[in-house]
Amino acid sequence: MLEMMGLLLLFMIIAAIVAIETRDILAAIISVTAVGFGVIIAFFYMRAPDVAIVPIVVEVLVLVILIRATLRVGLKTFVGNRDFFGMMVTMAMLFVIFLAAIRAFNDLPTFGEPVITRMMDAPSRLYIANGLKETGAANIVTAVLLDYRAYDTLGEATVLFTSIIGAIAVIRRKARKKPSEPEVGEWEE
Amino acid sequence: MHYALCLMLFMIGLYGVMVKRNLIKIIISLIIMESAVNLFLVMIGYRKDGIAPIMTKGMEAGTFAARAVDPVPQALVLTAIVIGLGVTAMTIAIAMRLYERYGTYDIKEMRKLKG
Repeated sequence: MLEMMGLLLLFMIIAAIVAIETRDILAAIISVTAVGFGVIIAFFYMRAPDVAIVPIVVEVLVLVILIRATLRVGLKTFVGNRDFFGMMVTMAMLFVIFLAAIRAFNDLPTFGEPVITRMMDAPSRLYIANGLKETGAANIVTAVLLDYRAYDTLGEATVLFTSIIGAIAVIRRKARKKPSEPEVGEWEE
Repeated sequence: MHYALCLMLFMIGLYGVMVKRNLIKIIISLIIMESAVNLFLVMIGYRKDGIAPIMTKGMEAGTFAARAVDPVPQALVLTAIVIGLGVTAMTIAIAMRLYERYGTYDIKEMRKLKG
């Protein structure tokens, strides 16, 4: 089981490297979707079926939107990265973040032994013990999502609608279309 | 070990965001970082030989409490995934608008054109 997880993570890392380093933009988009589906399979291994179903829809939507964004962009590829000084600063920053992450590893619980096995008064324990009694939901994730932390879900819906409104406002050409003008369906001239 | 691989996935995404010139590649790197963070949060809640936090018929409360994985990270990751979709849609909308304005996805060219 754990070996399968490791293999899956290696597959995701390879797909991520391909997605970032390949010249073909369509191959990059498909590779990033491969990373997403690897994450979905990993969620199933982590005993999280609720979390695994939602990103299937999300991945397909992201694939469609990304292909829409690159549909009429020619096959022109840019070789090379940003300028040299910027690269140096970037590498230094990456190294600093990496060191900070390595230090943080010491405080993490070992894989397979979450905090709820050690902390007696963790909120998750209460949710698991009383979830069915208090909310009537057999699925504890749903109980947390829609009962214990329902305000989070309300905020999530707000953020989603705000981002949709923002995307429409950014993509739209004119504030108000005159009836005599042709249909605005093309975003590229 | 698994956390280290997850960190590596995140670092690959961060490298792409910082180094790449193509706007679409930067967005792809952002999506990879998002996936890595979501996976890490679910991994923190995993319990060895655990079961999904769903009560089934005929299951005793004691064994359920002793074996179920942590439900709170799963619920919060569910929220984060949907918000990630919103963020991605918004960034791609801005990128498409920039392409319309400058005729390229290359951020170096954009800098040259604007001064």
